[in-house]
Amino acid sequence: MTGARRNSFDVAVIGAGMAGMAASLFAAERGLSCIQIGSGGGILFASGLLDLLGVHPVAERCLWRSPYAALAALARDEPLHPLARVDAPSIRAAFATFVTALGAAGLAYAPLGEQNRNVLTAIGTTKTTFGVPRAMVAGADLLDAPDARPPCLLVDFRGLREFSARQIAATLGRSWPGLRHQRIEFPGSGAAPELYAAHLARALETAETRANTIALVQPLLGDARAVGFPAVLGLARAGEVHAAFEAGLGVPVFEIPTMPTSVPGLRLLRALEAAVSTRGVRRRHQASVRALAFDADDATIELDGVPGGERVHARAVVLATGRFTGRGLTADRDAVRESILGLPVEQPSAREGWHQRDFLAPSGHAINRAGLRTDEAWRPLGASGKPAWLRLYAVGSILAHQDWMRSKCGSGLAIATAWAAMEQVARALRGTAAG
Amino acid sequence: MIVLNVGTPFTTKLYGCKCFHGIAHPGVLTPTPGARVSQINSAQAVLNFPTFIQTQVLIIGGGVTGTALARDLAMRGVACILVEKDDIDSGASGRNHGLLHSGARYVAGDREAAKECRAEGEILKRMAAQTIEDTGGYFVAVQGDDERYIADFPSCCDQAGISARAVDVAMARALEPALSERAIAVFEVPDAAIDPFRLSLESMAHARSLGARLLRRARVVGFEREGRRIRAVRVRSRAGGEEFRIEAAQVVNAAGAWAREVALLAGAPIEMTYSKGTLLVTHARLAGRVVNRLRPPANADIMMPGGTVSIVGTTSTRVDALDDIYPTTAEADLIVAEAARMLPALETTRFIRAYAGVRPLLGAAGSGDGRSASRGFALFDHEAQGLDNLATITGGKLTTCRLMAERAADLVCRRLGVTRPCLTATAPLPVAPECAWTEPGRSAREWMRSHGQHDTLLCECEMVSGSAVDAIYATLRASGDTPTLRDIGLRSRVGKGACQGSFCAMRTVAHLYNRGDFQARRGLAEIVDFFGERWRGQRAVLWGEQLAQAELMEALHCGLFGEELRAEALRDTGMPAAQCADPEEELPS
Repeated sequence: MTGARRNSFDVAVIGAGMAGMAASLFAAERGLSCIQIGSGGGILFASGLLDLLGVHPVAERCLWRSPYAALAALARDEPLHPLARVDAPSIRAAFATFVTALGAAGLAYAPLGEQNRNVLTAIGTTKTTFGVPRAMVAGADLLDAPDARPPCLLVDFRGLREFSARQIAATLGRSWPGLRHQRIEFPGSGAAPELYAAHLARALETAETRANTIALVQPLLGDARAVGFPAVLGLARAGEVHAAFEAGLGVPVFEIPTMPTSVPGLRLLRALEAAVSTRGVRRRHQASVRALAFDADDATIELDGVPGGERVHARAVVLATGRFTGRGLTADRDAVRESILGLPVEQPSAREGWHQRDFLAPSGHAINRAGLRTDEAWRPLGASGKPAWLRLYAVGSILAHQDWMRSKCGSGLAIATAWAAMEQVARALRGTAAG
Repeated sequence: MIVLNVGTPFTTKLYGCKCFHGIAHPGVLTPTPGARVSQINSAQAVLNFPTFIQTQVLIIGGGVTGTALARDLAMRGVACILVEKDDIDSGASGRNHGLLHSGARYVAGDREAAKECRAEGEILKRMAAQTIEDTGGYFVAVQGDDERYIADFPSCCDQAGISARAVDVAMARALEPALSERAIAVFEVPDAAIDPFRLSLESMAHARSLGARLLRRARVVGFEREGRRIRAVRVRSRAGGEEFRIEAAQVVNAAGAWAREVALLAGAPIEMTYSKGTLLVTHARLAGRVVNRLRPPANADIMMPGGTVSIVGTTSTRVDALDDIYPTTAEADLIVAEAARMLPALETTRFIRAYAGVRPLLGAAGSGDGRSASRGFALFDHEAQGLDNLATITGGKLTTCRLMAERAADLVCRRLGVTRPCLTATAPLPVAPECAWTEPGRSAREWMRSHGQHDTLLCECEMVSGSAVDAIYATLRASGDTPTLRDIGLRSRVGKGACQGSFCAMRTVAHLYNRGDFQARRGLAEIVDFFGERWRGQRAVLWGEQLAQAELMEALHCGLFGEELRAEALRDTGMPAAQCADPEEELPS
């Protein structure tokens, strides 16, 4: 199935956020030729943490230690939820494949267990998540410590405006008396009033800056059994930088994600781009879809944003275009629309019902559960209630009946549905001749 | 409206050297003619709240009228305290379109109101120039508008003494390209834009420099009457819930839409009705001038310049209650559809926020939407109701706030035997640097001019620096307050850019922690409060690009920070949300 012509592919994935990347990766892993269309800008807003399912039911704000137990409860309570339609073995396989690919691309994750983990956020809350980058896991180990949380030092840099170690320590102070904070000058920053995380991350890839930073932190260690930093410990060579900090300080070192767009988001984007590119996925990251037409056995995609335009053919198409931020959905004053094909969107009847008056209302906003309905095989339904095309699939956050922001299941939704849909794609294409 | 002349010098006393927020402050008023400041009562100094305060005049309500009144009285040497249940301009004063009326809006319906607006507009342009952008205004008729109203407009303006110059439609469209090609008549009038926050903050700052005192977040809960006098007013602090008494020779009810409630509490009911108005804020400024629809007052007939944005409105709906006022999606739709007939770009422009206020209108409830009710103001002396030291000033509009304050101050001064005349029509409002941070673009200019080496930029959209936040914080602290993130937002451009605070508010919280101003879990509560308040305004305009912005905001606050899991817990124990049982334990039902 790999004998695609230059502009003819087994699969076209539209979208390059988490779901689009996962779909492209899984397509390549299954030996399908794949073209990916669209930019990965959305991943820059990611924290690097891979949620699976943290909260269910959202209205009760129940946090789960075991994501798989939460998934079982979800399947019982919300059978239409996309994650309720993927079995646990598939989810395990999808996450393992995804994380292994990231590791091979230089972004190491802690081994995936059966439990959710808790990590610190930049405002001093704790976030329940599942896949934790290697560079953040020491913090999760402290938070999830069975007994009293051990002494820990948080360090920040003057000028890194949206990250205050003092804020985190103060906010957690009551539940973690041994949490201390120190502010240092970033070596070589002079008197710069504003520092940017990505600049610091690059600077720490030079041995000298790294050594100078470690030397500034060393005398502050005291009884600390671990040291937390804002997530600036290297970019392309983050693993090496993190290891050097742990060696230099002699205690576990962990990062706390900063406000987006953050260095962990940048690392994730780079790793995913590398992972799909090395697997032969053709990427058109500047392009957007101008037109998408189907005939019996083939989709024709006209691209904008490519010099001279481009037309590609695919035997299957995966919509991973995301929601409003990703532009997969657009809304005017009257209704929500699917952007590329105008597919029917499951949605509240009027705008007054889109959002609650309380931003943090426990049950969440109805608009966030709007999206595409699909059949059993992840094919979005057309106006007739039947699949819009026999090999058009939809994955990720564009799907209806989920609220990933409240359920803490964004990555899980992307990875699991991409896996499940690609299984359907492979099955469908197996029965047809290669293009 | 004849008043008693009390005729005795008054003593201002302040008991209890700690304010009700528990922050030590001098608690001393600047001595003013006729006022003597007492020593602090040491017995009560140990308490964290004052049990009672004495002053000459107590003003209830910190909107444009109450703050102008505090300034007027202070300039006449009268000691006063202003109590405000929330914050400066938190009612209709801060929830209007910021129009300094030329009067042209009222020429056909209410010539006296039109003349009053013209005269007051001219005074404010001279005396409070720093709060005004003298943009000029257009009145624009489009195809289908009432030809007769259009024809009569110039002579009506003329009769009210308002300059209304006919402008060639093509020329007007060249100068204001947002105008519809269906425009058929355009007149230029001397409308202007005024920043009510800066006006009120600077009036209050000036009043305070002359000895007046402001108690924010202090709600009047009762009056103690003795014969024909109010002996004391009972006030409750919102922060601690403590109650204290204020004894004043004169009490002025300047509570705006809440004036009816306050008057009722005092046992001197007045007739008022409420009209809710909603406005929308665009992402960018669409016109240089004020653009009015040339027709009788109706929905969505004005677009105001508001610094870097435009403000479009309004609606007018009778409401019975003052609580729970928020802009609805239906109102937003109505404004866009109607105003787009005059300014078609509004159909496609991005809106970042909406807000709603309640106009206090005079007179009993009747039929209609409230537009026909008087927009004039009234001063009640309450003497026929058996009270000689209460006055209520209400109704009116932003443009006439100075005049309303003057009339109320005249009454109070006659009753007190103070003969000094009103000075606010002739003395310019002093610029108070700490009040100027609401001005769009000012932060940016200051930043370019003078930022210190270590001064940090907290907001890149609106160029708000750490030192600006520090200055605002210090000013609030100096008056014994515990500043909140919302207070800083009201006094600066923090949270007012396209991101609606997503970044700058978070940086401001981090900044305040780093300074030691915020402690423990305070920041989390402030973030939840600040974005909750911003949300109320965004909800009605969430479509298109702004919906994507809102999604990003929720992804951050809920997806990453999980604030919704903590919001409720914050209020009690600080414990995280419920941990659900895993199967080996007990499944949630």
